[in-house]
Amino acid sequence: MELLSEITHSLYLTVYDVLPIVLIIFFFQLLVIRRRIANLQRVLVGFVYVVIGLSLFLLGLEKALFPLGRIMAEQLTSPAFILSSEQALRSLHWQDYYWVYLFAFAIGFSTTVAEPALIAVAIKANQVSAGTISVQGLRTAVALGVALGISLGSYRIITGLPLHYFIISGYLIVVLQTFFAPRMIVPLAYDSGGVTTSTVTVPLVTALGLGLAESVPGRNALIDGFGLIAFASLFPMITVMAYAQLAAFRARH
Amino acid sequence: MNQAFFALLKSMGDSLRDLLPIILVIAFFQLFVLQQPIPDFIDILLGTFFVVLGLTFFIYGLNMSLFPIGDSMAHAFARKGSVGWLLLFAFALGFGTTVAEPALIAVSKEAATVAATAGFIEQSTDARHSYATSLRYTVAVSVGLAIVIGVLRILRGWSIHYMIMGGYLLVVAMTAVAPEEIIGIAYDSGGVTTSTITVPLVTALGVGLASSIEGRSPLVDGFGLIAFASLTPIIFVMGFGMLV
Repeated sequence: MELLSEITHSLYLTVYDVLPIVLIIFFFQLLVIRRRIANLQRVLVGFVYVVIGLSLFLLGLEKALFPLGRIMAEQLTSPAFILSSEQALRSLHWQDYYWVYLFAFAIGFSTTVAEPALIAVAIKANQVSAGTISVQGLRTAVALGVALGISLGSYRIITGLPLHYFIISGYLIVVLQTFFAPRMIVPLAYDSGGVTTSTVTVPLVTALGLGLAESVPGRNALIDGFGLIAFASLFPMITVMAYAQLAAFRARH
Repeated sequence: MNQAFFALLKSMGDSLRDLLPIILVIAFFQLFVLQQPIPDFIDILLGTFFVVLGLTFFIYGLNMSLFPIGDSMAHAFARKGSVGWLLLFAFALGFGTTVAEPALIAVSKEAATVAATAGFIEQSTDARHSYATSLRYTVAVSVGLAIVIGVLRILRGWSIHYMIMGGYLLVVAMTAVAPEEIIGIAYDSGGVTTSTITVPLVTALGVGLASSIEGRSPLVDGFGLIAFASLTPIIFVMGFGMLV
């Protein structure tokens, strides 16, 4: 029963992850707040669901999507693949990597849509805004941001331009947008930068970045391989604010 | 019973819809671009089934546990009125959930390798290990502080705009002086600190606090905690790179 032991292992890892949170909650609940938790049984059952759900989710990703995604990232970035579709032996230009950009865009978008933390934030934002912010709308805006960010990040690795030029220009756009975007969206937009990159996106995106940095001539995996996550957490802020600006603009006209 | 079953079926349908894009992207690139058959088809089918089932359970349990508990603790702290305990809780939550985060452990190991290659530290396992550990604690402390600052901001009603912009300015200024090798890692470390379980809890805490304090709007004041938690690690990791 190899599968059973895999499930147990994944369960163990998740429990290890959740344990500090549970301890902190119980410590403060018992010693500081000193009140019974309402619907304690329901909360405990809910915790068990969260742990089981997250373990199965991670196990499934590790079994199905990650290995394939990693192999694909390696293959798409290998010079052999890029040269086979072009006439060989001429020096590679950044345009020759078009499949990489498309893959970066598609994988960034699709993994963000499935990111559990983002679903959670979108549900909360929908509740709090009394339905004005739609769950799907916010998720699509964030996913578009990650997709754009990762494609641009791949372009940066391929061309070897310095990371901080891009990030600082991105910050400038964020700051400018902050002044013009509807006030209520700004904190949510800032938050969506941080939530996009957790369980699903990070492993695949890191594989893509390292694969690119290793195969593109003249790149150093240690210096150029990093930075994709930074793009992925910067651009959602821009797209989420743009989404709200667009909605406000359309409401006015 | 029947109703619960249909509810479960419906949320499984939702999860399947959420995952469909990834499946399509991988299938398209595998079959049409790379033109290779999909290996271990049964394994992949099984894995996808697990992912769908797991996501369904996670979202279902979220509404039963993490959301209500974050909310109720926020209300309890607000009613109790002891700012000190609330801030201690905020710090514990940020520090405790980050220090054991697997993504962070991986990133700090990479960072130690980079530092050793660049000659900041000795090329020995011990030196690398202690570098990685202190980096990990640096990030965890920075996330704890971030949640504390974010909670203070909700209590006082400070505007998030200038705080985040000030943070960006600091990042930009530090980028100019920090060693080049650390910059990519520092920027990335902002993204890896917020895990799938921390985010719902912290969000519920912020929104709960904002809605239980008079004059705060849950939407304008309640969100923003995650934003601080992804900004401070960048600053702290660059500072760490400059000092060590």
